[in-house]
Amino acid sequence: MLAQIHVTFKDGVLDPQGKTVHNALNDLGYDEVLDVNIGKYLEIKLDSASEEEAEIRVREMCERLLANTVIESFRFNIVPTE
Amino acid sequence: MKCGIVVFPGSNCDHDCYHILKHILNQETHWLWHKEEANLESFDLVVLPGGFSYGDYLRPGAIASFSPIMNSVITFAKAGGKVLGICNGFQVLLESELLPGTLIQNQSRKFICKNVTVRIENPDTPFTQNCGENRILEIPVAHHQGSYYIDPFSLNQLEENGQILFRYCDTKGKVSAESNPNGSVGSVAGVTNEQKNVMGMMPHPERCADPQLTGIDGQIIFQSLISNS
Repeated sequence: MLAQIHVTFKDGVLDPQGKTVHNALNDLGYDEVLDVNIGKYLEIKLDSASEEEAEIRVREMCERLLANTVIESFRFNIVPTE
Repeated sequence: MKCGIVVFPGSNCDHDCYHILKHILNQETHWLWHKEEANLESFDLVVLPGGFSYGDYLRPGAIASFSPIMNSVITFAKAGGKVLGICNGFQVLLESELLPGTLIQNQSRKFICKNVTVRIENPDTPFTQNCGENRILEIPVAHHQGSYYIDPFSLNQLEENGQILFRYCDTKGKVSAESNPNGSVGSVAGVTNEQKNVMGMMPHPERCADPQLTGIDGQIIFQSLISNS
């Protein structure tokens, strides 16, 4: 199984990188860009007995280590491999 | 005062802290290796030094906060032991949840390395007791992720509990957007826990505590701790 995890800043947290990319896109003429939020994407290969079990464990991994829940939120998918 | 300096892979201010405590201030000082748990009962102070523990991978301080020595540091802190985290050490304390809030990338997106002035906001703690009211210290900062962040409600609580120890200010002590080098909420440069025995700060007091170098304002923080022990 594979966990595909996205970690991004919560609303209201200053994201200087996102802001810079936002300005750059506007400078390139992409005026429709309203906001840019830069985060992390992680892929974790798992040896879990079931999808339910994987979900419980991955949630725990995110809360304990992968995301700093003071400023970041996370979401993930569990997908079968092979 | 018996002091311990934690060494993580990537710590690079550990020797500066050791030098100041042992050779300048003549305190009993020991190294604490990150891979080993330690009995810290006989210690008066544990310092988490600056640097780039674990290469700042994932987030600064995130991996270090799960190293074996941190179990001992957390036990020590919960029993009232004094813990000082400087720069990366501050980030480790936040990731360990020994202190509230977090540190994010500087507003300017640049690494900032310069002398700043900070105002003492609460002189009634073991870390600041020799400072006196409204004292201003000139201390160097050197960081990329030093912008303190906490939600407005919690910031207010920190303020009410006297947990904000230092604020970035100008040379006259005025706190403003111009005197805030990194975009920290409330210009916060250092905080304590509610019990006032754990403190984290972004400026480096160990870099201005040896009289052979310019400025010794940093000494007052270590001297406060010595007076308190």
